[in-house]
Amino acid sequence: MKPTEERLDQLREEAARSGQTVAGTLLSYYGVPLLKPPVWTWEIPTYFFVGGAAGAASVLAAVAQLTGADEDLVRDARWIAAAGAGLSGPLLIADLGRPERFLNMLRVFKLQSPMSVGAWTVAAFGAASTAAAFADLVRRRTSLPVRLVADAAGLVSAATGLAMSTYTGVLLGATSIPVWSRHVRLLPFHFGASALGSAVSLLQLMGHDDDALNALGIGAAVFETMTGFQLERTSDRESEPLRHGPTGITTRLGGVFSGPIPLVLRLFGLRSRRARQAAAAATLLGSLITRFAWVEAGKESAKQSKP
Amino acid sequence: MTTTGFFTDSTLCIGCKACEVACKEWNEVPDDGFVFSGLSYDNTVALGHSTWRHVKFVEETPAFGRGGNSPEQITWQFSSDVCKHCEHAGCLEACPTGSIVRTEFGGVYIQPDICNGCGYCVVSCPFGVVDRRPTDGRAFKCTFCYDRQKAGLQPACAKACPTGSILFGDLEQLERAADERIAKLHGQGMTDAAIWNPKESSVGGTHAFFLVRGDSRTYNLPKEPQVPTTLLREGWGAAAIAAGAIAVGSLLAFAFGRRSPSA
Repeated sequence: MKPTEERLDQLREEAARSGQTVAGTLLSYYGVPLLKPPVWTWEIPTYFFVGGAAGAASVLAAVAQLTGADEDLVRDARWIAAAGAGLSGPLLIADLGRPERFLNMLRVFKLQSPMSVGAWTVAAFGAASTAAAFADLVRRRTSLPVRLVADAAGLVSAATGLAMSTYTGVLLGATSIPVWSRHVRLLPFHFGASALGSAVSLLQLMGHDDDALNALGIGAAVFETMTGFQLERTSDRESEPLRHGPTGITTRLGGVFSGPIPLVLRLFGLRSRRARQAAAAATLLGSLITRFAWVEAGKESAKQSKP
Repeated sequence: MTTTGFFTDSTLCIGCKACEVACKEWNEVPDDGFVFSGLSYDNTVALGHSTWRHVKFVEETPAFGRGGNSPEQITWQFSSDVCKHCEHAGCLEACPTGSIVRTEFGGVYIQPDICNGCGYCVVSCPFGVVDRRPTDGRAFKCTFCYDRQKAGLQPACAKACPTGSILFGDLEQLERAADERIAKLHGQGMTDAAIWNPKESSVGGTHAFFLVRGDSRTYNLPKEPQVPTTLLREGWGAAAIAAGAIAVGSLLAFAFGRRSPSA
């Protein structure tokens, strides 16, 4: 065999090994991506962060109210929920290609569309959490008997808030984007833990130092640490954007700030209030980065997609 | 109304791109950029918001390097791609406004007066067909010439095709015609010709199906496409458990968590 033919055989083998060819055939159309990348810009991951934190805050408000925790905690958690809901709408509308048609989101209700379920959830959550926060305010400032209104609205807000903090995982997971659909079962837990951690952290930064909050913060950080380990162990092609390249760096950055850093600070900071505050700040940063990392990983995943 | 379909036969396609031009003209689709891709004779590259028909130029050396690069060793196949108009359409299921509907002809149609450009159909299409047009804000794809079909005409691309590579008609009749065509080609020794129509997958078959030679993936036609709605059960199941964990965890933490002295 001539040296040039040996070299050709070598090239053939390399091409087959790297998955570019099977018996000399290209496995995609010149490597042109099969899928279109998500068109969402910064508003959507920011909304995932804001809406998730607001949803979890409404749950904390309702739980604090039911267990007789101090009223200031209930009030502040309700305000976080209302403020987050108030921000969510504009963020979502700003990302639309035709923002003036945002009301078309409430034109139909489709169970098979996570986006439709989400739009109705945001609407219901916004109404309930705003009502709860303002009824709370009215009750404090006047003698009007609106405690029942505040508490009932608070419960509706918490019920929809649970959906707010987790549905975004389904929204990403139930799509054609390989890195998202590959993790459809993880994403609702991942985003839920991230949301809970953020809500706890916001309350702590507002000066609440309840031990229950720190315990929940530890729980969220433990889950996020485990998620980080799980993602590090994946070796499938779909998960590559989470481990390689710029999106790999953002994913890890978000993971470290959501998991190990707050976990260590919360566990070993002992009774230090400063350590808990630092953990809270890290958690918020981690949650925000995590949401951006997943959306960007989705764009990268589409660019790498093959038939 | 009968369910209509497209049968695109790549063995008859000569790569003239009349379908691309006819589609653009009839539907008044804007230009999609003037770029030199270097991918054979294809500078359109892929379907998108402003490309609803796209001729692929699949240029291959069947046995890479063997026998030198003599012309006999190169195959050059053309195939006109289009929205698949899926039986279970990911874009249609995902659309939160109800803008995307199934027409009386069985096609999948985006109503431009309702679409608000949320972009969810873009990530829900298993074939990368739908896209949002940045200059417009709405999502666009092949309409299956809904307007022409309503007027009893065939779609512009099929009308313009000079070789009969793009056939339009009753879906069942087209499927029978495709089977006959395959039998004929196989009889002539073209044994690598096959119909691509993912009926066994969760997409449940497509109203636009193709006859291609060799591995369909060289035409960016996936062997096992998946409609994302099949993931809903897993996703919502996980979300329900996650929500339950957050609720129960918060209750336990507040019921048994000690108050710190500073609280």
